[in-house]
Amino acid sequence: MFLKDKDRIFTNLYGDKDWGLAGARARGIWQDTKTLLEKGHETIIEEVKTSGLRGRGGAGFSTGMKWSFMPKSGDMPSYLVVNADESEPGTCKDRDILRHDPHRLLEGCVIAAFAIRAHTVYIYVRGEFYNEAMRLQAAVDEAYAAGLLGKNACGSDWAMDIHVHRGAGAYICGEETALLESLEGNKGQPRLKPPFPAGVGLFGCPTTINNVETIAVVPEILRRGPAWFSSFGRPNNAGTKIFCISGHVNTPCNVEESMSIPLKDLIERHAGGVRGGWDNLLAIIPGGSSVPLVPADQCDPLLMDYDALREVGSGLGTAGVIVMDKSTDIVAAIANLSYFYKHESCGQCTPCREGTGWLWRMLTRMVSGNAQPEEIDQLWDLTKQIEGHTICALGDAAAWPVQGLIRHFRPELERRMAVARERRVA
Amino acid sequence: MPTLTIDEKTLEVPAGVTVLQACELAGVEIPRFCYHDRLKIAGNCRMCLVDLEKAPKPIASCAMPAAEGMVIHTNNDRVQKARRGAMEFLLINHPLDCPICDQGGECDLQDQAMAYGMDKSRYHEEKRAVSEKDMGPLIQTVMTRCIHCTRCVRFAEDIAGVPALGAVGRGESMEITTLGKPVASELSGNIIDLCPVGALTSKPYAFHARPWELDKTESIDVLDAVGSNIRIDVRGSEVVRILPRLHEDINEEWIGDKARHACDGLKYQRLDRPYIRQQGNLKEASWDQALRATADRFAQPQTVAAVGGPLADLESVFVLKTLLDAAGVTRYDGAGGGVFPRDVRSRYIMNTTIAGLESVDALLLVGTNPRWEAPLINARIRKRYLQNGLPVGVVGDAVDLTYPYHDLGNTPDALRTLAKGSGDFGAILKKAQRPALILGASVLARPDGEALYAYAADLAEQMGMIAPDFNGFNVLHHAVGTVASLDLGFVAQGGQQALFDAVRTGSITTLYLYGADDVPTDVLEKAFVIYQGHHGDKAAHYADIILPGAAYTEKQALYVNTEGRIQEALPAVTPPHLAKEDWKIFRALADHIAGVSLGYRTLDDVRSAMVQVYPFLSLRDQCPAPSWTRFPQSPKTLEKDPLVSPVTNFYQTDPISRASKTMAECTRVFVHGAQNPDDKKAVA
Amino acid sequence: MTDSFCFTPDNAETARVILSRYPANRKQSALLPFLDLAQRQNGGWLSPPVLRFLSETLDVPEIKVYEVASFYTMFNLKPVGRYHLQFCRTTPCWLRGAETIENAVCTHLKARMGETTPDGLFTLSRVECLGACVNAPLLQVNDDFYEDLTETTVITLLDDLAQGRQPTVGTQVKRQTSAPIVGRCTLVS
Repeated sequence: MFLKDKDRIFTNLYGDKDWGLAGARARGIWQDTKTLLEKGHETIIEEVKTSGLRGRGGAGFSTGMKWSFMPKSGDMPSYLVVNADESEPGTCKDRDILRHDPHRLLEGCVIAAFAIRAHTVYIYVRGEFYNEAMRLQAAVDEAYAAGLLGKNACGSDWAMDIHVHRGAGAYICGEETALLESLEGNKGQPRLKPPFPAGVGLFGCPTTINNVETIAVVPEILRRGPAWFSSFGRPNNAGTKIFCISGHVNTPCNVEESMSIPLKDLIERHAGGVRGGWDNLLAIIPGGSSVPLVPADQCDPLLMDYDALREVGSGLGTAGVIVMDKSTDIVAAIANLSYFYKHESCGQCTPCREGTGWLWRMLTRMVSGNAQPEEIDQLWDLTKQIEGHTICALGDAAAWPVQGLIRHFRPELERRMAVARERRVA
Repeated sequence: MPTLTIDEKTLEVPAGVTVLQACELAGVEIPRFCYHDRLKIAGNCRMCLVDLEKAPKPIASCAMPAAEGMVIHTNNDRVQKARRGAMEFLLINHPLDCPICDQGGECDLQDQAMAYGMDKSRYHEEKRAVSEKDMGPLIQTVMTRCIHCTRCVRFAEDIAGVPALGAVGRGESMEITTLGKPVASELSGNIIDLCPVGALTSKPYAFHARPWELDKTESIDVLDAVGSNIRIDVRGSEVVRILPRLHEDINEEWIGDKARHACDGLKYQRLDRPYIRQQGNLKEASWDQALRATADRFAQPQTVAAVGGPLADLESVFVLKTLLDAAGVTRYDGAGGGVFPRDVRSRYIMNTTIAGLESVDALLLVGTNPRWEAPLINARIRKRYLQNGLPVGVVGDAVDLTYPYHDLGNTPDALRTLAKGSGDFGAILKKAQRPALILGASVLARPDGEALYAYAADLAEQMGMIAPDFNGFNVLHHAVGTVASLDLGFVAQGGQQALFDAVRTGSITTLYLYGADDVPTDVLEKAFVIYQGHHGDKAAHYADIILPGAAYTEKQALYVNTEGRIQEALPAVTPPHLAKEDWKIFRALADHIAGVSLGYRTLDDVRSAMVQVYPFLSLRDQCPAPSWTRFPQSPKTLEKDPLVSPVTNFYQTDPISRASKTMAECTRVFVHGAQNPDDKKAVA
Repeated sequence: MTDSFCFTPDNAETARVILSRYPANRKQSALLPFLDLAQRQNGGWLSPPVLRFLSETLDVPEIKVYEVASFYTMFNLKPVGRYHLQFCRTTPCWLRGAETIENAVCTHLKARMGETTPDGLFTLSRVECLGACVNAPLLQVNDDFYEDLTETTVITLLDDLAQGRQPTVGTQVKRQTSAPIVGRCTLVS
């Protein structure tokens, strides 16, 4: 049972229609924002909680719950920061929102910021998305001109400023506290927690950081009701979700679908199927590069949601599905990711700074089989030495793909070593 | 006051402490590299991870606040594994060059590798090599050894207030650098101590000694009037390095670069035997000859004057004064050119105390550059600024003090205006609960010093700086000899200037200089000069008799700092060749002067005699709150000359630092701005 | 290379607008946008005078400016060609032939990764995931993404650039942005 167009939130996902204010209004955006705001801070938070919306940036934390951590009063201003630093390999959904539906995001910003009693929103867009950031800025300008933002945003009597801030090329800035550091003009090095951003965030003030998609779906949830949203997907995995299907499929694409859609359906209906047919599937990485791969034999049946993917030792992450067919050099594919994490490690804490390079170097040897079988255990051990010992989750993200490789493709690693050994002997 | 359990032991800890500190309170040591209790928390080395029950992963104990009901394990499998892991990661790119590393033997990484390291490496990939960085004449770098703890960066930024270091690049390519610039802070040497590995070591000390070869003596620095606590490390008969020793109320655990690095000056230019000038040339003489020749000059005591220098110790000044009094010499001064009111002790010392600066809420600096006159007091002011944004006002040179301040101009008139309470800063002082001022001692050497002092005292009284439980009036000295002389009344009417004028008019014909080099050339040329001291500095060149004395590292002696705190220095080595401790020279001289006998046989004799006259000198390492009496009103005429600091070169302020090659190099680089060793233009 | 740098009047105005977005006591927040603005003005890279200028303008220590400039990959501390070719190399692009694209370009331009062609037109860099994975493989040229590349289309693209023709930004195949190239069954109404 696929999602129907009438239930799609991102009705201009592909940019078929006008991204501007007129087009946005025609799609229902900004129509009744004031009415939505009149529900009040607490009701909005409550409805978002009830809807079951979980953060779409990868961690999957309950959005309403996150908002409820913000102080209800205090001397310091509160901030909403939108994480548009979309850099997780395999993920390109926020880009489509920024360039094709920016007003949907802005309306979400107004509502979310109001809910957490913030008057200022910063949208941190990854630096490489230059054109997307320009589009977003144009939308912001339109919204100010139309009185949707500013001193009396949407006629709500609530002052609301939204600023677009561009990053400059650092995956780590997708980590929320690194993002705050970057927004304050520093290197993007994650902060120690506690304190958490809801207490001490941007400029030392209470701050909520949410992903673009998370914020953008909020107005529709309030308009159509939390029950409508939670009617999609299994319990605890509610809603619709943009999936990005890349790699070895016939028609790679982004698509908004119901949560808990079977992987096979997702690939076959929207992405034209695996190159060479389903039986040619080797493995997938279901949630952006930071989650362990899932081998073909566990891919059917497999539901695309938080719980089902956790059960197979992986995760939904960003729902960026990287598909690999049997032609893939799986060791090289994971070594490639290891290089990525080495390159993107901020360098602050020891296990990540030193460990990511070590993983990559060992894996690079293993691509050509230039290693001893016992080094596989050492490699596993190293991932365990990184995992859970770092300041932020990048260490875990670097460890998990390697763990996935060892867990599911150990014979392949050993085979290559044997071949290389034979070649050396000969 | 949270209660928590650490390794089965339940204890209550003060609110606000971290888990790491709580562990220490429980007697459990937690290994660490990046954590340092005086620096901002970085949490980056991951060596201090401990297990918190119910937490999904180990926590960084240095950064986690201790909370009620926590159950901490510091030694279970999870913790052991985490520590071994962090240790292994730190070592994979660390070179195995301990045998040629100056940190060897006192290296945190070495020590902890013994405890948590593996016996062989599992790392078979290429090791990282990092290029050296030029950080100036004091800091040697071997950056391949760096473990990226960022202690040096944090020290420079926060404590020193000179953001010279940074970590550039990212990931495994991250490197600590200064962008090729020397670390332009008077406190830079402390990053050598802070570096837990051999990445930053002492350049002058490079390859001089191994720590286990050193004899260590706990002593006092005397090259400024702060009284920093130091440890003197000696190899054979040579002082090879000086390190800070913890004193919370004075220097915490830092010292300035002069205190640390001027010690090579103890090797050069030494006066190690007596000399007498004959036919225009200084000729070696025996002690007996030199003392007899000196005693001859005392035949007409009214023509003799004595001047004490910046490094004078308390006992020597006392013995000298006793000698002079007994011999009928009435004109002497050791107060460094200033004319101080000394009716009560609180008139000329730092009443607030150094640690007490952490309680003031507004501060006025008058005619002083504390950054160069007393870097550790400046660091304390900066610390207070970081704590509560301390408003500081400056009447004097507008130099970079490492914290922002209200520039009130450098004219004497600015002080007069302020004393009326006018201006923004006047309002700040008025509003403050515990305002304080620091008056540079050199202000008292000005012709209008008395008037400026009176304005400062007025201001203190009017602005509420003097309260029953608080005294915010402070004089900042830059020489220990000055405080000793003031305490002992080793001062002349009209100060040293009056003595020099008397030489010029001919009423004084003999100048007895005890380590005093800051004497006008025409005076040195005109007078018969007896120079007693340890270095062939300026005045010794004009001397007719030289009596070789001992440097502060060579004698047991008491020194008074600017707070009036008395501390004892201990000899780390013996004086070179024939040189003697100063009080003994004075005693021996007395034996050569007819009718004078001092009778001291030991240093204890001297001290008991001194305490009989000055009972307050029996205190050790204390700053008793001295009383304050209302300052008498006097006529006040001010000059137009700007107020300037007497220290124009932090690195060369006394005979020892002027003899130091290291300090000369620092002068070239930091004062004259030379760029590299080949750049001679700045020196010319 | 000149020894000094300052914003053009237009950029100074842009800088003023940028600064107004942050609290008055948080000027350093403008550092990334200022670095970007200055790099654009300075021909695509940040020379030491530019970094000094920003240090003074924002009252941020020079070493901090350098730390930040060296942390983010988009800041160039060395000169780059007129067209900065940035090849995405990360797994989703790699799976769809990123290496082939790179090789084709290197062969065509007779240059290696990290080099600038002698005519100063092209600098070749390898970058990490650009975030357009369903349009892999792709190449970023200055600010623009060129997607769904083949060995043939990427060479056409370079030729266009070399001859001063502005190629169509975005996908190089007949496709609506991130929608499936064929068989699209959503948002069809």
